Amino acid sequence: MSDASGAVDLTRAGSDIPAAKNLAVRAVFFTCALITVLTTFGIIVVLVDGALGFFREETLLGLLSGILGGLLSGGPAEAWAAARSGLGVQVTVREFLFGTDWSPIIRPRSYGVIPLLWGTMIIVVGSALIALPIGTATAIYLSEYADRRVRKVIKPTLEVLAGIPTIVYGFFALSFITPIIQRFFPETGTFNAAAGAIVVGVMIIPMVSSLSEDAMSAVPDDLRNAAYGLGATKFEVSTDVVVPASLSGVLASYILAISRAIGETMAVTLAVGMQPNITLNPLEPIQTMTAYMVQVGISDVSVGSIGYQSLFAVGLVLFVMTLAMNLLSLWVKGRYREAYR
Amino acid sequence: MPEDTPTDDDVTAPTPRRNTAPTATDGPRRTEGSLRTDGGQVAETTPSIQEIPETDTVIEAKDLTVHYGDVQALQPVNVRLPEREVTAIIGPSGCGKSTFLRCLNRMNDMVDAARVGGELRFRGKNVYDEDVDPVALRRRVGMVFQKPNPFPKSIYDNVAYGLKIQGFDGDMDARVEEALRGAALWEEVKGQLDSSGLDLSGGQQQRLCIARAIAPDPEVILMDEPASALDPVATAKVEDLIDELAAQYTVVIVTHNMQQAARISDKTAVFLTGGKLVEFGDTDRIFENPENQRVEDYITGKFG
Ligand SMILES: Nc1ncnc2c1ncn2[C@@H]1O[C@H](COP(=O)(O)OP(=O)(O)O)[C@@H](O)[C@H]1O
Ligand SMILES: [Mg+2]
Repeated sequence: MSDASGAVDLTRAGSDIPAAKNLAVRAVFFTCALITVLTTFGIIVVLVDGALGFFREETLLGLLSGILGGLLSGGPAEAWAAARSGLGVQVTVREFLFGTDWSPIIRPRSYGVIPLLWGTMIIVVGSALIALPIGTATAIYLSEYADRRVRKVIKPTLEVLAGIPTIVYGFFALSFITPIIQRFFPETGTFNAAAGAIVVGVMIIPMVSSLSEDAMSAVPDDLRNAAYGLGATKFEVSTDVVVPASLSGVLASYILAISRAIGETMAVTLAVGMQPNITLNPLEPIQTMTAYMVQVGISDVSVGSIGYQSLFAVGLVLFVMTLAMNLLSLWVKGRYREAYR
Repeated sequence: MPEDTPTDDDVTAPTPRRNTAPTATDGPRRTEGSLRTDGGQVAETTPSIQEIPETDTVIEAKDLTVHYGDVQALQPVNVRLPEREVTAIIGPSGCGKSTFLRCLNRMNDMVDAARVGGELRFRGKNVYDEDVDPVALRRRVGMVFQKPNPFPKSIYDNVAYGLKIQGFDGDMDARVEEALRGAALWEEVKGQLDSSGLDLSGGQQQRLCIARAIAPDPEVILMDEPASALDPVATAKVEDLIDELAAQYTVVIVTHNMQQAARISDKTAVFLTGGKLVEFGDTDRIFENPENQRVEDYITGKFG
C-alpha cells in the first residue's frame, strides 16, 4: 500500500491495528506452547496409567469406572468391592524392578525387568566407550587444531551423519559390522551386543562432537592466549584450559548422547536381537528395553493383556531414565556454568 | 611535513636507507638517544651518538613488518630494546602497538591472517627463523594482557601453571609465594590460595596475571595496556609494580596513556597511524623535546 500521505497511514496503523494484532499473535504463540505442555502431560498420564494397569488389576480409568459403576448399581458395598479387586496386585513392583527373568508373554511368565535394563546398559556403556573419547577428540580437533577449510568440510559431514535414519544404522550393523566381528570371532551370531554398541556409538559421535565443539569454541581466546603466552603447547592449551573451561557443555553433550543411546530403538532392535540376557559377553544376543517394546508392538498381543500392559511399565522405566538424564544435564549446566565470564 | 623518505644527509645512519642507530650519551645503562624511521633532519643536532652495546640489547627488530592479509599493519620497524629497562610503546589506537608487541613472543602466530617479515632478534637469535619453537620463546618472554584473564582455576594453580608445564619439580609453594610477592599480591591472597582466581577484584586479577607471568622467571615481560581495564587505585598499584619489575626484568609495555608512559618508562617508542615507528628514545627526552613534529603534536594532545 503506497499512497502519498505516509505519515497519516503510519499513525492510524500505530493506533489500533497492532493492539488487536498483538493480542492475536500472542494467543497463537500461547496456544502452541500450551499444546506442547498438554501433549507432554498427556503422554505422562497415559504412561503412568498404563503402568498402573500392569502392576494392579485395573488402570486408573478402569478403577474409577468400576467404582462408579458399582456405586450406581449396588451402592457403596459394590463400589468397595470393585475398588478392592481393581487394586488387586497383578505384578509386584519388587518383582518388576529386581527380578532377573523377563518372560511376560511365554509361560511360565516372569516379570523381572533387569535383563532388559542390563541390555540397555550394555549398549549405553559400550557406545559411550566409543563415542565419548572419539567425539571429544573430534571436538578438540575441530575447535583447536583444524584450520577453517577443514572445519568447513567436517562439521557438515558430522551433521549429515547425525541425520541418517536410525534404521539405516541398524541395517549397517547387520550387514557390515557384524560380518567384520564374525571374521575375528567366528562364533558370533547374527545378532550380538557388540554390533549394537558400536553402531549406536557411531550414531552418537556427532552429538558429542558437535555440542562439545560449540562449547569449546565459546571459550574466550583470552584464556587460550594466557596459556600460550606462558609457553603452553596446543595440546596443553586444549587439555588444561579449553576442556576445563567448557566442561559444562562437554558434560551436557555426554549426557544427551547417553540418553539418546538409552532411547535408541531401531538400530539396536535390528542389531542385538530379542533375547533378554544378562551377560557380559558382547558377542551374545541381548534385548534392550526399546527392542522389547518393538517386539511387543509388532506382535499380536491383545490390548489389555499383561503383555500389552508391560509395554507401559517398560516405557515408564525408559522415561524415568531419560528424564533423569535431562535433569542431570540441567544440573550440570547450572553447576559448572560460568567457568569463565 | 615529515615523510618516510630517509635522506642521505642522515650522516649518523649506518645503513643508507634507514637510520637504525640507537644513540647513547652516557654509558650502556643510561642510554640517551633516538631511533627514527622518518627523515633524519634532526640527527645533526644530536651529535654524540653511540649505539646501545649489543650486549645490552635484549630484543632487536630489523625491518620488521606485519601484514594482516593485504593490509600492512607495521611499516618496517628498526629498534633495539635495552635490558632491564621499561620500554613504553605509545601511539594512537590502531597504529600497530599490539601488533608489534605480539611479534616479540610470536603471539601473532595465532592470528591466521598475520604475516611477519624482516627479523626480530631475541638475544641475537631471529625468532622467526625456521628452527625456533615459539613455545620455547614464550617461556622466556612472558606476557600480560589488556583484560585480566586468570584461568578459571585456583589462585595457586594460576601462578603455578607456567612452571607446571615447564616440568618444574622443585619447591612449587615457594615459587608461587615468591611470584605473588613479586606481584604485590601475597599479603592479600595468602589465606585463600585455593579459591578461584576469578573471585578476585579486577585489579587483583591483573596482579595475579602478572604473578603468573613472572613465576616461571622469564627474561622479558610484555604488557599490552595492562591497566586500561582497571580503576585508578588498581592502576597505581600496577604501575608501582612495573617499576619494581624493571629491577629484574626487561619490560615492554603498550599504553595509550601518555602520563603513564612518562611515569613508568625509561624508553619510549612512538608509533603513529599507519604502523610506523616514528620516534624512539629516552622517555624524558621524548616527552620534553620530541624530534618529530607529529610526535610532539601527538604528545601534546593535538591528535590521537
Ligand atoms: N587479527 C587482525 N586481523 C586483521 N587486522 C588486524 C588484526 N589485528 C589488528 N589488525 C589491524 O592492524 C592495525 C593495528 O592494530 P593493533 O596492533 O591492534 O593497534 P593498537 O594496538 O595500536 O591499537 C589496525 O588497523 C587493526 O585494525
Ligand atoms: Mg592494542
